[in-house]
Amino acid sequence: MLLRHTPKEIKEREALTVNPAKTCQPIGAMYAALGIHNCLPQSHGSQGCCAYHRSTLTRHYKEPVMAATSSFTEGSSVFGGQANLLEAIGNIFTIYKPDVIAVHTTCLSETIGDDIPQIVAKAKEEGKIPDGKYVIHCNTPSYVGSHVTGFANMTRGMVNYFSEKTGVGKNQINVIPGWVEPADMREIKRLAKELGIKIVLFPDTSDVLDTPQTGKYRMFPKGGVTIPELKSTGDSKATVALGALASGPAAEALDSKCKVKCHILDLPIGLQATDNFINTLRIAAGVNVPDSITEERGRMVDIITDMQQYFYHKKVALVGDPDQLISLTQFLTELDMKPISIVTGTSGKAFEARIRKILKDTVPDVNVRAGGDMFLLHQWIKNEPVDLIIGNTYCKYIAKDEDIPFVRFGFPIEDRIGHSIFPTVGYQGGMRLLEKILDVFMDRQDRDATDTTIELQM
Amino acid sequence: MAVLEQRQKQIFTTGSAGPFEMECSKPSLAGSVSQRACVFCGSRVVLYPIADAVHLVHGPIGCAAYTWDIRGALSSGPELHRLSFSTDLQELDVISGAEKKLYAALVELIDRYQPKAAFVYSTCIIGIIGDDVEAVCKKVSLEKGIPVLPVDSEGFKGTKKDGYRAACGALFKLTGQKALENISKYSINIMGEFNVAGESWIIRSYYEKMGVQVVSCLTGDARIEEIQRSHGAALNVVQCSGSMVYLAKMFEEHYGTPYLRVAYFGIEDVSEALYSVARFFKEPELMKRTQKLVREEIEAIYPKLQEYKKKLTGKKAAVYVGGAFKAFALVRALRLIGMKVVMVGSQTGNKDDYKQLQSMCDEGTVIVDDTNPLELSEFLKDKEVDLLIGGVKERPLAYKMGIGFCDHNHERKIPLAGFSGMLNFAEEIYSSVHSPVWKLVSRRRSLTENEGIEAGA
Repeated sequence: MLLRHTPKEIKEREALTVNPAKTCQPIGAMYAALGIHNCLPQSHGSQGCCAYHRSTLTRHYKEPVMAATSSFTEGSSVFGGQANLLEAIGNIFTIYKPDVIAVHTTCLSETIGDDIPQIVAKAKEEGKIPDGKYVIHCNTPSYVGSHVTGFANMTRGMVNYFSEKTGVGKNQINVIPGWVEPADMREIKRLAKELGIKIVLFPDTSDVLDTPQTGKYRMFPKGGVTIPELKSTGDSKATVALGALASGPAAEALDSKCKVKCHILDLPIGLQATDNFINTLRIAAGVNVPDSITEERGRMVDIITDMQQYFYHKKVALVGDPDQLISLTQFLTELDMKPISIVTGTSGKAFEARIRKILKDTVPDVNVRAGGDMFLLHQWIKNEPVDLIIGNTYCKYIAKDEDIPFVRFGFPIEDRIGHSIFPTVGYQGGMRLLEKILDVFMDRQDRDATDTTIELQM
Repeated sequence: MAVLEQRQKQIFTTGSAGPFEMECSKPSLAGSVSQRACVFCGSRVVLYPIADAVHLVHGPIGCAAYTWDIRGALSSGPELHRLSFSTDLQELDVISGAEKKLYAALVELIDRYQPKAAFVYSTCIIGIIGDDVEAVCKKVSLEKGIPVLPVDSEGFKGTKKDGYRAACGALFKLTGQKALENISKYSINIMGEFNVAGESWIIRSYYEKMGVQVVSCLTGDARIEEIQRSHGAALNVVQCSGSMVYLAKMFEEHYGTPYLRVAYFGIEDVSEALYSVARFFKEPELMKRTQKLVREEIEAIYPKLQEYKKKLTGKKAAVYVGGAFKAFALVRALRLIGMKVVMVGSQTGNKDDYKQLQSMCDEGTVIVDDTNPLELSEFLKDKEVDLLIGGVKERPLAYKMGIGFCDHNHERKIPLAGFSGMLNFAEEIYSSVHSPVWKLVSRRRSLTENEGIEAGA
């Protein structure tokens, strides 16, 4: 009983967070920046921030994760981090030679009040930025928002710095995937190709954080959206942003900067959200959906049909990030399951309202909290037991203590593989989620069956 | 190879010309992809294994989230240390100060969990907004009747080592608080052993078999009450010089407790550790028991160890770890199983540490302070390394290059300390160095061709 310290009785907490369901902005900015080709993320703060983010991303992806730090000292905390950042920019372009340095701030540099654009301008003046190379930035104070907002801010930074409108339109669609896995980004590109649509996907961490074993170490792997591609986003026909929180700000920035019409959709997790995504892409690009995609969809519906009895009214507890949870809640409802307790660490009342709306007919008294933590979720589970938990690795303690089937989904996953290799978006991704959910239900049924009641066919 | 100019004084090859003077203990160069962490990280890893205290991270959420149960420090009882507590500071807190929030969080925590003590870690931002953490801790301590200890661990105020020092400062405040009944004159504190994968239990069992009482282990599977009477021990036995030698020195100064520096890793080091403790007590029977213990333990693992040695002889290893003391032990242990250390480095070594490393290593060994992945990958390639020993960030680098790996940090899953640990270590290295997967790696295929891996061979 690892979590024996969790009491059933719930008392509102004002000041204390126990077992967080979020982390801080900078790691999201770092993850997004890794989705630019030949880009080195730069953490403008203490060394520890950079080390923690790299370690966490490494544990999740089992890949080398590269980022540099401004290595703040006591002096920088008094006199500002300008000298550190100038030195960093010079050093990075000299030795690591990226095309782009993507600077994000931290609680420390924000509180000191470093003005990044001013420092970057000075670096330019001093000749520290070679021709054809770029330094971009976003502000990610750790005491605002969460890792998801950090991702959104860096993605918007890409638009702010790169998107251009030349006046000559391009027959392409921008897709902003949100904070999803490299496998998901790969799947979105495959779906677009299948539809015959040229897209610019940004950021794109496929072939960056899911690289093949070659026996060679490449500091900058082959993947990532390129600078010319990012520049061209201003000439695209439309932008499809997946996930309002993670992708909305960049899409809106692109709309106001270059007048590229944006469609902000839910992440394409589950049947309805994927239908919506495919349909939006189809209309925006003016193409027809090929049979191959219709058939994929058909296979997914077939699984749901075949296995409906196993999903019926199963109670679920969910924890994760808002964009993911919205789609997942919708998906589980499609399966006739009942998400009864839902927590995200990221604050924002819109999330709770949206969840209540999705569940108003099926789970009208849902427990939902934006800005909650895993301790609260555990207490809810103690009060209203569930048949399934879906969430990141940290849920394993709750699942073990309460003896509840558990599907890993979200960030971080530090104790299993698969999340970066197999998608959960699109119809293919939906089928994988169905398989995972069914596997844990059926394993549980087999485990609990007696010698007499165990069944061969299920 | 490409090395940042300013980094040249932090890299040295043994046997090369010129006097050896490592320029270390300095902050990483801005813009380097350093493998180092911060002051907070140092404090957090040292204090975290104390299982019946609450550890409250005062700051925005990240610092608490990233250190939530990351080190497999096991407890035989309470599990409070494996939970993550944070004040999760928001913008308003940063503007108007967060002392009230800290107070409220501490009171909630202590009322809920009834811990034996509370540690409050100050993160970067606390140093800037100027919360009087010490005053809040004092107030709560008086109200709740337990020690509430501020840990000055603002990330930017130095390196991980300064974090160790802050942690030692907090620990020292706990000492001298409890009565000293039932403490033998043959008694020690184990310092700098964190019970990762249960290693403290192994070490403790050796001392108990020798007839030495362990008053406290700092901080593996530690309890506050034990720490409060740790000043009653006759001797402090310090492992991992980086983190706990400060505490041992404070004991020496205030309580006159002498200390020994040891390592529990590798047959030579662990034997010497036990013998040095036995020698200290000058008790013939105790020494006899120690000799018997060492003999039996070595006899139990030696034949198997020789088998691994046969299969590992001549293989080349690189070592990059946090503390230099661990590097010494690893160099010796690797030699014992026939391996050649061709590169060795640490994040936090000092000048003397590097001198010692130089004297231990064969000619041509690269010695490096605070490296980065690009350098590291070049060394691994140039030296045609078969194995890297490092931490979480180094593992995928080695694997991508088709090189075996052993985690000697937070993520080791099996005990590597003690005699049985040495055998585990040899087995882990053997399994990684000789994994058939390397035969699938194109870069290394030419290196292993004579092992007959070509199709049809």
